[in-house]
Amino acid sequence: MSTIATAPEPAPAPRSAVPNYLESDHTVSSWLLTLDHKRIGLLYLFSITFFFTIAAVAAALMRIELLTPAGDLVSSETYNRLFTIHGVLMVWFFLIPSIPTVLGNFVIPLMIGARDVAFPRLNLASWYLFITGGLFTLYSILAGGVDTGWTFYTPYSSTYSNSHVMAMAAGVFVAGFSSIATGLNFIVTIHKLRAPGLTWGRLPLFIWSMYATSIILVLATPVLAITLLLVVLERVFGVGVFDPKIGGDPLLFQHLFWFYSHPAVYIMILPGMGVVSETIAAFARKPVFGYKVVAGSSLAIAALGFLVWGHHMFVSSQSVFAGVVFSLLSFLVSVPSAVKVFSWTATLHRGSISFETPLLYALGFIGLFTIGGLTGVMLATLPIDVHVTDTYFVIAHFHYVMVGGMVMAYMGGIHYWWPKISGRLYHEWTARIAALITFVGFNLTFFPQFILGYAGMPRRYHVYPQEFQALNVLSTAGASILGLGYLMPLLYLTWSFFRGRRAGPNPWGATGLEWQTASPAPEHNFEETPVVTTGPYAYDQVAGSQSIPS
Amino acid sequence: MSNSLLHPSPPPYSDREQHSVANHLGMWTFLATEILFFGGLFACYSVYRWFSPEAFAVGSAHLEFWIGTVNTGVLLTSSLSMAFADLVVKTNSRRAVQWCLIATWLLGALFVALKFYEYYLVTREHHVPGAHFHFEGAYAPQVELFMFLYFAMTGLHAAHMLFGLGAIAWLLRLNYRGRLSAEHDAPVAMVALYWHYVDCVWLFLYPLLYLAR
Repeated sequence: MSTIATAPEPAPAPRSAVPNYLESDHTVSSWLLTLDHKRIGLLYLFSITFFFTIAAVAAALMRIELLTPAGDLVSSETYNRLFTIHGVLMVWFFLIPSIPTVLGNFVIPLMIGARDVAFPRLNLASWYLFITGGLFTLYSILAGGVDTGWTFYTPYSSTYSNSHVMAMAAGVFVAGFSSIATGLNFIVTIHKLRAPGLTWGRLPLFIWSMYATSIILVLATPVLAITLLLVVLERVFGVGVFDPKIGGDPLLFQHLFWFYSHPAVYIMILPGMGVVSETIAAFARKPVFGYKVVAGSSLAIAALGFLVWGHHMFVSSQSVFAGVVFSLLSFLVSVPSAVKVFSWTATLHRGSISFETPLLYALGFIGLFTIGGLTGVMLATLPIDVHVTDTYFVIAHFHYVMVGGMVMAYMGGIHYWWPKISGRLYHEWTARIAALITFVGFNLTFFPQFILGYAGMPRRYHVYPQEFQALNVLSTAGASILGLGYLMPLLYLTWSFFRGRRAGPNPWGATGLEWQTASPAPEHNFEETPVVTTGPYAYDQVAGSQSIPS
Repeated sequence: MSNSLLHPSPPPYSDREQHSVANHLGMWTFLATEILFFGGLFACYSVYRWFSPEAFAVGSAHLEFWIGTVNTGVLLTSSLSMAFADLVVKTNSRRAVQWCLIATWLLGALFVALKFYEYYLVTREHHVPGAHFHFEGAYAPQVELFMFLYFAMTGLHAAHMLFGLGAIAWLLRLNYRGRLSAEHDAPVAMVALYWHYVDCVWLFLYPLLYLAR
């Protein structure tokens, strides 16, 4: 493990003869028709930031409405539309594509020493599908929105809702194929385009987590697609498979929907776990503790994820036996998840830790994901779940995993690979403060919601009893701080993109092939195909004790 | 190869062998997606068949048994000629490839034509689910559900058939321009895999819809 080709030594300065991917061509068509995975990653970065902003505005409006017990800002109808916009955009147009399409596209080929993903044109097509899906969804919002919630439960979505369900379902349907294309591309890329010597046992853990994610993308998303297609058909023809009038079962929709949407939760969290593994190793200057177990736990989470959908339906009249089985299977997911948390902690133990921004986000992830995960175990317990179903307890739980976990990891990953993406360094202290603000704002927003939910405040209402106001005010105050925490990186990262200090190929002194090439990466990634002779994270403890140049 | 002329970013492959295995893995992964895509419908079918087996038998009896059976033979034969196309392309015989592809295309088109003829017959009987659905006899609502599944499943399959016919037409064009050879046989192999998959889906649809009495 100790002698390595990928030692964290300064790589040679980029030769000026090879243009980097940002400078190779400046025309608009060179971006919109690019087959370069790095440029496609940036296209996705802009797109999902756009959708994130809309979804965040919807959330902000909801939080402002909830400042007071009365419904004084928006009507209940509008409120329904707001949480649907927030859910649909955040889930399908931000969280699911976030790390895979931005960081995955950008760094997977670099990390495995490839020139591009396996199917570059399919990669570009996936972005256009994503944008097409987004346009459908935006149309649906502008035309008046959808009031079904992001879950599109039948028979409300198929029969009774008078909102623009079809356009939004079509948007999600199309965006789903974008996900499938991305997952397919990553599977083939990871299987077939690894650099010589880069065996499966030497793959960085980010690659393992993206591989597990891609399997879920490819196997779960089509089920959502066919389910939404059936809902749309039912709306068009006024009759369909979820229609009780002809013997159909609306609950079957929930089964099919969660067969996709529970694995989708792992589509959202697994890439984040990969980022955390990378950053913890890089900033603790140690190999990840229990590499094989951490890699295997990603696959275990992907596999188990397909077997637990029924825990979303404990109160839906599914049989008690099914409830018990789904409850037990859901507990099992906590095992590989806990393995990861313990491995990260053990990696930090006696490491030469330097608290750079990406590590702050990773530490935030570990703490918040642990809270989100443990409350998940509570919710997998039948009696507790029955008690808190459809309350803010559930909201707080999944926001701890999705926002506290995934968005933290996404931000950490963006900061970690930002020098490779932009060739520049952001201002370190500003970034550290932003990470801290995000952490504080997040907890202030969502921890009160655990208490609110446990006390019985139901989700999806724009009014509530007087006694819940104090905690709701706290939550809204936290959301404003959280908003600041997200706004700051948008500003200083943009600034650093043009004005930041030059980063050099390997500002963190990290291992990994992506740090062996120039920053920003050259158009074809590597001047010569790298050859790998050792495992990942071969950090030298002595070298690691030196401080990171910053 | 040809890509490098079209775009400055070269394909990520070091040699043709690597490209070929990547293509195959990509296609198989795509087919795995497709299985789950149809899988949702098969799950619906299984659940409702369990709910009302009698209605499904009645509904099945009202389909044109001969069309389903003939179509099964037609589609299996088309898979045979597609398999031949995949074989003869490796012998660099453009003419043989052409005839195999034309045979596959015609058989596929015959399948679709017969399928649409059956749709016409079902429409004439007012067995199309929706406002104009009319059915004399027991289990009318559940028969409507069966007919909905029939249209959804065979419709999705027919859409895949039409896409396949387009792909075979594309192969014929490639072959006509001399772009298919033993060295460049990947397009045939890919389309063949897809075509056989669509065939396999029908091999499940046929017994479920026509033989489930």
